[in-house]
Amino acid sequence: MISLSEYLILGALLFVISVAGIFINRKNLIILLMCVELMLLAVNINFVAFSHFLGDVNGQVFVFFILTVAAAEAAIGLAILIVLFRNRNTIDVDDLDTMKG
Amino acid sequence: MSFEKFLFYLLAAILVGSALMVITRRNPVHSALFLVLAFFNMAGIWLLAEAEFLAIALVLVYVGAVMVLFLFVIMMLDIDIATVRAGFIRNLPVGIIVAVLMFAEMVLVLGPKHFGLAKYAAPEAAPAHYNNTAELGLSLFTQHLYALEIAAVILLVAMIAAISLTLRKRPLTKRQNVTEQHMVKKKDRLKIVKMAAEEKG
Repeated sequence: MISLSEYLILGALLFVISVAGIFINRKNLIILLMCVELMLLAVNINFVAFSHFLGDVNGQVFVFFILTVAAAEAAIGLAILIVLFRNRNTIDVDDLDTMKG
Repeated sequence: MSFEKFLFYLLAAILVGSALMVITRRNPVHSALFLVLAFFNMAGIWLLAEAEFLAIALVLVYVGAVMVLFLFVIMMLDIDIATVRAGFIRNLPVGIIVAVLMFAEMVLVLGPKHFGLAKYAAPEAAPAHYNNTAELGLSLFTQHLYALEIAAVILLVAMIAAISLTLRKRPLTKRQNVTEQHMVKKKDRLKIVKMAAEEKG
């Protein structure tokens, strides 16, 4: 049988891969957005696994809401990306220093 | 090794491999397609964990909608790949070190010692008449109804925000203004000129 720790370690592995992806793709905003999607997926597997092992459907309800918010986030993120590319003609994170942050 | 376990490890291996491809590919289109593969394998793992509705929802929502949106955006924008890849090698060691450290720490916490089968016994397989969708719907529409409505509002707000952010008025395009056409009066269009009759010749 598959144990709970196997699910959790798979989730952790996926999460650290997407963290590494954010580190190495500093120039490409699209890949950064994809890494965020991958991170949310890695978190969701923990919810699904705990829901399965504890016999509680509320974990799956939570995954449902995370999927909703992630879809909304992707839509707005890509819209901002398009506006940014129209105005600045770049998707490099380092160039986005107009606000001097 | 049971078939279930073999399936889990196969799906997990493809999932991790495609996640690695997502973050290392040069071409963003390839990254997006590998992300689609990752979502498919994750849906398979969720099926193994008896979350059937969410597995189907993942394929429908992510592969069907979100990834298509990503591909549209990638193909619409004309990205110069050479400049986008500039810092790749420079940031690689830091990324690997952080990832390995985080993973080692997480394995210490999440390893079989604390979350193994001895601590959390594998649950019984659900009976044949068990309906995951009905169970989820029952919880969603009674206990979590308020949160569900808020989620619907979030989606609406996201839709309006995405449309209003990307909408642009082009000054050169010609189009009908229906309101203006309806509001037009006779005196705006018709001009009667009185003049003396002229003689022939």
